Amino acid sequence: MLDFIAKIPIAEFIEWLTDQITDTFSFLFNPIKNQFGDFMEWVADSLSAIPPIIVIIIVAALAFWVSGKKFGLAAFSIVGLWLIYNQGFWEELMFTLTLVIISSVLSVIIGVPFGILMSKSKTAENIITPILDFMQTMPAFVYLIPAVAFFSIGMVPGVFASLIFATPPTVRFTNLGIRQVSKELVEASEAFGSTGSQKLFKVELPMAKSTIMAGINQTVMLSLSMVVIASMIGAPGLGREVLSALQRAQVGTGFVAGIGIVILAIIIDRFTQNLNTKNAN
Amino acid sequence: MSVIKVEGLSKVFGKNTKEALKLLDQGKSKEEILKETGCTVGVNRASFEVEAGEVFVIMGLSGSGKSTLVRLLNRLIEPTEGSVFVDQEDLAKVDKNILRRVRREKMSMVFQKFALFPHRSILENAEFGLEIQGIEKEERSKKAKESLDLVGLGDYIHQYPEQLSGGMQQRVGLARALANDPDVLLMDEAFSALDPLIRKDMQDELLDLQESMQKTIIFITHDLDEALRIGDRIALMKDGKIVQIGSPEEILVNPANEYVERFVQDVDRSKVLTAEHIMKRPATINIEKHGPRVALEIMKEEGLSSIYVTDSKRNLKGYVTADDASEARKNEIRDLNKILKTDVPTVTKDTSMHDIFEVIHNSPVPIAVVEDGKLLGIIVRGAVIAALVGEGEVKIDNA
Repeated sequence: MLDFIAKIPIAEFIEWLTDQITDTFSFLFNPIKNQFGDFMEWVADSLSAIPPIIVIIIVAALAFWVSGKKFGLAAFSIVGLWLIYNQGFWEELMFTLTLVIISSVLSVIIGVPFGILMSKSKTAENIITPILDFMQTMPAFVYLIPAVAFFSIGMVPGVFASLIFATPPTVRFTNLGIRQVSKELVEASEAFGSTGSQKLFKVELPMAKSTIMAGINQTVMLSLSMVVIASMIGAPGLGREVLSALQRAQVGTGFVAGIGIVILAIIIDRFTQNLNTKNAN
Repeated sequence: MSVIKVEGLSKVFGKNTKEALKLLDQGKSKEEILKETGCTVGVNRASFEVEAGEVFVIMGLSGSGKSTLVRLLNRLIEPTEGSVFVDQEDLAKVDKNILRRVRREKMSMVFQKFALFPHRSILENAEFGLEIQGIEKEERSKKAKESLDLVGLGDYIHQYPEQLSGGMQQRVGLARALANDPDVLLMDEAFSALDPLIRKDMQDELLDLQESMQKTIIFITHDLDEALRIGDRIALMKDGKIVQIGSPEEILVNPANEYVERFVQDVDRSKVLTAEHIMKRPATINIEKHGPRVALEIMKEEGLSSIYVTDSKRNLKGYVTADDASEARKNEIRDLNKILKTDVPTVTKDTSMHDIFEVIHNSPVPIAVVEDGKLLGIIVRGAVIAALVGEGEVKIDNA
């Protein structure tokens, strides 16, 4: 009864589509893969080249500053980073950090304009919202497959998958933040003769800043979770240690690398949150 | 010369605006139109002119369309029909660039909830309009400071809005609007969010400023007191329609229709002002001790043309007029009873303002406020008028 039509070849279609995209845009993908890959290697290597003690001091100082001259976060950063160093995962940490920073920055650069677009146009909102839902609910692993098709393996496809997975919160929160700006303030800026961009940059974005920052915080955390998963397609870093520990059933190593990720997550999270409250004040 | 001329300005919210306008032409009511077309009539064919330097008050209860009307003037809301002429230019039809220029240079707005930018300092808030116009930092600071000085906030320029009280915040709102040096100020319930004493201060201050600035002000309010205090002319709105335009006196004395009449009465009643609030301590003479000679003396001292007469227990007996008293003195009459008039207009201390108004209207002498036959105080005509215009004076008199 339900077999009134043969199986619809969706999977075949997607495969065909991915092949088409890979072929058609290889002129674009290949340079990205090479140049951008080299760039990320360079960033990670540079970070690794800095003596760990200097990195720890800088992070602790920044932590002290962003948390409003409190010692908690700074102390945690020192102990946490030292522990990762002590366990021999320093270089992996630097790779993970590079991936997180680069994919978060790209997510924000891409996400904020889309959020603005959504806030300005009901049509754009209606179109983009379901796409964001799709991006967020699709199991993250699925993105790894086309990422490999486009960019083979390594850090670049990791960043690509992370972009898809981690950008939605920034888009959503930017939209929300701008829509929440009080109507009277928008009216005030219009009543004084603002152009659209004056209204956006002088009133709406500043007013929406803390909401947008909350979205960016989410994006950064999702990036982190994604770059760990991206180790499955050869992205280096702490995630790869977890993966290899899993494959060899080394509970201890897996746990330690996992702790490293947790420490990094906590530091990044507190940093972005504190930056937000600092701005709000 | 009129600065703003509004002709047949209408706003219909909804999809089927053409149909709604047609029904409006047929004289259908707001409710009928909502039922038939699903459209809400915001403003219905408003027409008026505002002269240069005039304070034009648009008054109505909430939902009467007054806030919509003021937003149609600077097109924060797009008009459905009609024209707004400012310097021969019909703002309802000009393109975005001209509209923006008019908003920047000719019309500024002050908002009910102040609408200050919380992320900007007081100075930066006041600079906003100038900044939008692309004026150099130095010049705009100078102008903004001048306008903050004007509203008495010159010392607060580096504070942020949340650090100021409501009254001060609205001063910033006013300074921001004045910094542009606009021809027209649109004030949308500008003082409604302030508590009554501060509101009165702000009204006074606005009037003082207006003395020197001579701006054209369009002021929206739901408060009749406020309208009477500051308006040169008042337009009364109901259901999106202007029902009467006139000077405060005209509105009070000749309400155009029942609605206006009720509005005026309601406001009187709502003020809960009674005889007690506006009465004064009377100068009296004691019928048991004094004669016409003393009566005349006291009247001369106090500058009165009549005086109330009581007995030793302050029971009201009547009044004597200055004319009668001097007549009596000439004729050597000693007894006050002979010239005592007893047709005293009396009210109790709980009599409402509105009822006092009716009594005092026909009375040649001040009204006596009486309780159990005893004279508590008197009400003179001036006090009633002062009370009608604003409660502030009354409280001062009372104190």
